[in-house]
Amino acid sequence: MRLVVNGEERHVQPSTTVKQLLSSLGLGDTLVAVERNEEVVPRAQHESTHLSEGDRLEVVHFVGGG
Amino acid sequence: MSEDVLKIGQFEFRSRLFTGTGKYPDLDTAKKALEASACEVVTVAVRRVDLKATGADSIMTVLRDGKYTLLPNTAGCYSAEDAVRTARLARELLNTPLIKLEVIGDERTLFPDVPATLEAAKILVDDGFTVLPYFNDDPIAALRLEELGCAAVMPLAAPIGSGLGVRNPFNIEIIVKHANVPVIVDAGVGTASDAAIAMELGIDGVLMNTAIAGAKDPVRMARAMKAGVEAGRDAFLAGRIPRKLYATASSPLEGVIGSDQDSRT
Repeated sequence: MRLVVNGEERHVQPSTTVKQLLSSLGLGDTLVAVERNEEVVPRAQHESTHLSEGDRLEVVHFVGGG
Repeated sequence: MSEDVLKIGQFEFRSRLFTGTGKYPDLDTAKKALEASACEVVTVAVRRVDLKATGADSIMTVLRDGKYTLLPNTAGCYSAEDAVRTARLARELLNTPLIKLEVIGDERTLFPDVPATLEAAKILVDDGFTVLPYFNDDPIAALRLEELGCAAVMPLAAPIGSGLGVRNPFNIEIIVKHANVPVIVDAGVGTASDAAIAMELGIDGVLMNTAIAGAKDPVRMARAMKAGVEAGRDAFLAGRIPRKLYATASSPLEGVIGSDQDSRT
């Protein structure tokens, strides 16, 4: 199925979870926050949240800033 | 002297210098500058993970040890909606209620969009955030932000990264006199005397990034800023002398040699 992750189109297996998506992106052990269709997905729900066709995801972390 | 503590929401700080973590030439310089500044609060930004990059060192490797209180910002947001989304992602990342709210109105000046800042502040306060909003040096906007429940107000001294120093000390002073929450001057400081001048107005703290990170020697400038903030704070608490047009001698007027008692009367 098709997702949009950080503005880029990605194709994953149907019903992929947030946790699986992060692992496939190499972010399994990284401190990131995930937003799905403009709602934060709490870390405790990464494993139980199954993604759907066309979901728009933002995967963010902290960078230096003022 | 009793301890001089800065209270913002549920947080307490001894240092009144808040520093940003952007624009440093490298992470080692950032780490040393933060140490030299003796700051307790550091700001960080929330950005998309670069999905093509491979595990580059991030500022979080410097900040992970828990020595600093992280203050995430909503820098780069041009709408209340984006700022609120960014704040919620920051809270998810760090599990902190603190947010430095920035809603920018214009790319060239980076001046805030005050109506949008007020809108976002209301949503975030209602959502349980400890909101520290960046805004113009506008005393009325300061009152509105305080009324909405912001934990502090953060007027700019001058445009972000401009290094122009406090452009309107009288407005900052009015904001301080009317505020019941801490006033942190955020943005525009260029050098240590700017920080001291800002603190002498009676504000509670200064937040800066470019002035330190962009200096030729950031670590030394961090040390200078620490001294500037402390000097300005002490001078404010000490109570300066009134300004007068004419001189007042510091040495006694009596007993000057060569003077004739009769001729002096």
